[in-house]
Amino acid sequence: MEMVAENKVIQFVKGFDLPPRTGAIRKEALQALQAMDFPTTKVEDWKYTRVTRITNKNFEQRREDAETDNFLIPGMEAHVLVFINGYFSEKRSLIREDDEAVSILSIEELNDLYYSDLMDEIDENVFSLINKAYHTGGKFIQVAANKKAKYPVHLIHVVKGEQVIANVRHFVHLEKGAELELVGSFHSEDASESFTNVVFEGHLEENAHLSLNKLQFEDKEVFHIAREFFVQDQSSNFKINTVTTGGLITRNSLDVFVEGENCHTELNGVYMGTSKQHMDNHTLIEHLFSNCTSSETYKGVMDDKSTGVFNGKVIVRQDAQKIEAYQSNGNVLLSDHASVNSKPELEIYADDVRCSHGSTIGQLNQDAVFYLRSRGISEEKAKRLIVSAFIAEVLDKISSEPVRNFVDKHFYESFGWGF
Amino acid sequence: MLKIKNLHASVEDGGEILKGLNLEVKAGEVHAIMGPNGAGKSTLASVLAGKDGYEVTKGEIEFEGKDLLEMETEDRAKEGVFLAFQYPVEIPGVSNINFLKTAINEIREYHGQEAISAKDFMAKVRSSSALVELDPKLASRSVNQGFSGGEKKRNEIFQMAMLEPKLSILDETDSGLDIDALRIVSEGVNKLRSEKNAVIIITHYQRLLNYIKPDFVHVLADGKIVKTGPKELALELEEKGYDWLNVEKVSE
Repeated sequence: MEMVAENKVIQFVKGFDLPPRTGAIRKEALQALQAMDFPTTKVEDWKYTRVTRITNKNFEQRREDAETDNFLIPGMEAHVLVFINGYFSEKRSLIREDDEAVSILSIEELNDLYYSDLMDEIDENVFSLINKAYHTGGKFIQVAANKKAKYPVHLIHVVKGEQVIANVRHFVHLEKGAELELVGSFHSEDASESFTNVVFEGHLEENAHLSLNKLQFEDKEVFHIAREFFVQDQSSNFKINTVTTGGLITRNSLDVFVEGENCHTELNGVYMGTSKQHMDNHTLIEHLFSNCTSSETYKGVMDDKSTGVFNGKVIVRQDAQKIEAYQSNGNVLLSDHASVNSKPELEIYADDVRCSHGSTIGQLNQDAVFYLRSRGISEEKAKRLIVSAFIAEVLDKISSEPVRNFVDKHFYESFGWGF
Repeated sequence: MLKIKNLHASVEDGGEILKGLNLEVKAGEVHAIMGPNGAGKSTLASVLAGKDGYEVTKGEIEFEGKDLLEMETEDRAKEGVFLAFQYPVEIPGVSNINFLKTAINEIREYHGQEAISAKDFMAKVRSSSALVELDPKLASRSVNQGFSGGEKKRNEIFQMAMLEPKLSILDETDSGLDIDALRIVSEGVNKLRSEKNAVIIITHYQRLLNYIKPDFVHVLADGKIVKTGPKELALELEEKGYDWLNVEKVSE
């Protein structure tokens, strides 16, 4: 009789705990995992991102406490929800009582039927399935119809320790006409070879507005894989700014399904790689209905031996007429050893649309550096001025002033840059 | 102020362009360097500013008693050398006045002076932009981005006024300027002239010299200064071309 080698995924999750009560979503994910394998670079979607360094580790789920005051955003009064190694920390969190528009519940309270019905199109990957089977914490955030959240919601994630996996899963639901500003920030403390595996999903009902800033500031020894999936109903407005400076390997897979007319979708991203960091942004906007606009701007600066990936896909379905979709990805390589793979993909099945895309990968403009130096500015400072100006174009899209200041401070402290 | 002795320079992957150039510029003087295309005029400007891609194989350049060739580009600027570019570079996102503030403060720091106050800086921006009739809105926009040809050249002289260099090298500042812009730019330069500073005007045509009167006119041909004369020499060149000097025209 032939021995069947043990499934690598099953091996990977072996030590992970399950809660006493496993709901339908967990059960489905657990079942799906039985037949899953980790992607190799032969799989198109993972062509440039090798995950072996993550999947050959033995991670454990471990509760920890950590000081998180440094991760608060100065000047922003917010509902602060803290997750350490994927577990909710009540004592570090602050839910403000005087905000009737927002209800913050555990992810376990999300209705399975509503969720399955909404997310029937979702394209899961092995990491999002691991998350959905084994997540240890996360929030289900709801904003009531025609209400604007009084405070923004700040989700702080900290990973701490060696070979820890933080499986955290959030869902945000904006009822008709609801409005919310969300910040998801990711940090680490004394973390090495640890892994943040996050799933963030949401639903914007008619005329709802969601603004989301994702800040990935973990140490350069942390792995980070995120699956983000949002559904927009008609006349809704979704905007996300993704800022990535941390992580040894970071992979963001962000999908937006636009399931109604008159929607606007805006995806912006900045990634700044140093040492041997790898940063991969995969995005998908799928237009299913007419009269919508989408705009996507990602900019990367890669130094040292870092590598970047941008794969931006826009699908315009046959019935989606009068779509205006704009996409651009610009990259600057500061070192001869840095590289970027940029792949814009447009799939258009409708005939009356306006779509444009552009992708550039270049070196720093040496003439511009010389020009600034000829005015008395040192080479180092001249380069910094030019690169920060390049990135600032995207950072300017962060509309919250406290968040922008927080990001600027982070860039200043990490790279010595002022904007 | 500036002493260039037997300067030989070549482009990194090409032949020799400057072949034994001599020039001395004293404080208070304006020198015009004219010559046919390919004579080495812009190479001279680039070598003075310290641009990469040029190799000085022989000779020396002394600026205020210091060896200019030993200095980095930014240190030359701090010592008081200014190049008005023939083709000013567009730098998206970098604000014109912010970078000038950085530059001024780096220069002041180099000379052991305190940073300029916001009030003094703004006053200087106002007077300098008025000097070349540069819209103050342009002064605060991204460096040269979306500027017309004339605005770019005016921006160069605006920067010259802001930085107060000892030696200004104007590389083909007249190219691409209409008559009005030419007058404005020239008047700006004239107002900045003093007993303490000097100007080198590199030009192909003499029309700029109608406005900025040089003390000396030099003819640069085939990498050397072949003739030096008073300002009237420029008119003679305009009339007769360069051929009567028996210089070979080198195509660009």
